[in-house]
Amino acid sequence: MEPILTKNWGKPNSRKLVTYVESGGYGSLKKLFQMSPAQVIDEVKASGLRGRGGAGFPAGVKWGFVPKNTGKPVYLVVNADESEPGTFKDRAIFENDPHMLIEGIICACYALSSHVCYVYIRGEFFLQWEIFEAALQEARSNGLLGTNIKGSGFDLEIHTHRGAGAYICGEETALLESLEGKRGLPRIKPPFPAVKGAFGCPTTVNNVETIASVPWIIEHGAKAYAAIGVGKSTGTKLWSVCGHVNRPGVYEIPLGFPFRTFLQEYCGGVWKGRKLKAVIVGGSSVPVLTANEAMQVNLDYESLQAAGTLLGSGGMIVLDETTCMVAALDNLSDFYHHESCGQCTPCREGTGWVEKIMNRVDQGHGLTEDLGLLLDLADNMQGRTICTFADALAMPVRSFVQRFRSEFEEHIKLGRCPFAGPEWM
Amino acid sequence: MAFTFSGPQLEQIETICARYPARRAAILPVLWMVQEQEGWISAEATEAVAKVLDLTPAAVYEVITFYTMFQRKSCARHHLQVCRTLPCWLRGSAKLLAYLEKKLGIKAGEQTADGRFKLSTVECLASCGTAPMMQAGHRYYEELTPEKVDKILEELK
Repeated sequence: MEPILTKNWGKPNSRKLVTYVESGGYGSLKKLFQMSPAQVIDEVKASGLRGRGGAGFPAGVKWGFVPKNTGKPVYLVVNADESEPGTFKDRAIFENDPHMLIEGIICACYALSSHVCYVYIRGEFFLQWEIFEAALQEARSNGLLGTNIKGSGFDLEIHTHRGAGAYICGEETALLESLEGKRGLPRIKPPFPAVKGAFGCPTTVNNVETIASVPWIIEHGAKAYAAIGVGKSTGTKLWSVCGHVNRPGVYEIPLGFPFRTFLQEYCGGVWKGRKLKAVIVGGSSVPVLTANEAMQVNLDYESLQAAGTLLGSGGMIVLDETTCMVAALDNLSDFYHHESCGQCTPCREGTGWVEKIMNRVDQGHGLTEDLGLLLDLADNMQGRTICTFADALAMPVRSFVQRFRSEFEEHIKLGRCPFAGPEWM
Repeated sequence: MAFTFSGPQLEQIETICARYPARRAAILPVLWMVQEQEGWISAEATEAVAKVLDLTPAAVYEVITFYTMFQRKSCARHHLQVCRTLPCWLRGSAKLLAYLEKKLGIKAGEQTADGRFKLSTVECLASCGTAPMMQAGHRYYEELTPEKVDKILEELK
């Protein structure tokens, strides 16, 4: 497979404009400016590119929702708040090839007739922010940003905006609130950001990886992109792999690639020669798969959905046979309770309840009725809140309890955890 | 503790404000400016930020308290932030934390008496492939081992 997103990774000075241009970087712009904005949107629609942040919504369709000629400015907001546990692919784009993101922003803004883009970068990514600022400076001084980009008559400025530590700001409307200088509380939809987004204006929010995929599509055409992958899962995807594998890291593979082969050939298999117990394929919020289920699945949106999980962000967490699934869910419940913004009662209270119940089950003080209570809580959280954060805990709760029920029952019966806990190294 | 913005800082704030159609949007960048300089954000600094952005102190304070990275108390020189979330936990972050607690003689959430270290746990920092890890200042320290931790603690004076 010809790499699309990772083609420059590992080259010396891969962050530099000169390296990027040498390998054909910014090559899409010539073609871009000969197209009309509507043609660019149609091209991205035809490519089948879907949002890589987690929702998997077709990017071109999302762009098409932005109303024309409202008299208001249109904004592109790039979501670089990468905070989903297990996900570190956007970070790798910043560190290895920031200009690919800038080129993608130019393409997207041209399609949207947007002249201002905000890139919202999580506060902890200080180094990545500095790298991106340096790349922006290079782009500005080479006429790739500012007024009349490369004689096209198109103007664009890109501003970075640093977050300050809040998982919820990865949710697109919370991100917009945060950008506007408020607490990151998700907004009730409708109105959708396409109509009323940043500062009350039409806005598209896209993930870093989604935008970085656009220049290749413009340069090589939608047809070539759609030829990669399978069915409605077109193109390539970055997977960030962590946990119990021999070679954790970020890998680019065509959508539809079998998990079994990916685990062996890219990730070096399960570490220490151990057996696989479970896999969380798309970031901590998606349902966990058993080893058996994972070994039969292909890594694309439809196959993963058919297997009872979601592709999500592509943050893959691999758990070996020594892992305590109760302790793992206990850990996640702490995370979600800590990160709930507290706006909706089912989420604010539900995440707290789950945390308390999981703490006691993990510590051996669980009650037989706790498992039913956990499932009941999941049902009363999912779909009952402003954003999908509550679903993001409900899905792990349900899948962990249902797929690994015997481990939960054993904890309650024994009154202690039968596992030794993760080793350090 | 009095706090005032310098002339060049006020100019910088106007440059930041010009990026946005609403002045309030400059809150996070201006709070970052304050914390980078002072190490934390005092009540006086909160009032100064409110004044320069035409907001009430409460509007600024509610933002400060929402985001975990803003410090509301003066912080030790080195803030060791150990990631505790699942991917790091699978690779031993609980043992890493215990090692640091023993070595520094403090629990997570506390500071050493000499004001050198503060120890905290934090949620996923997108460093899952290089776990376990911690952040101190702007820097990520990854693939930590006891030996690496010893060396880092020596280097952070």
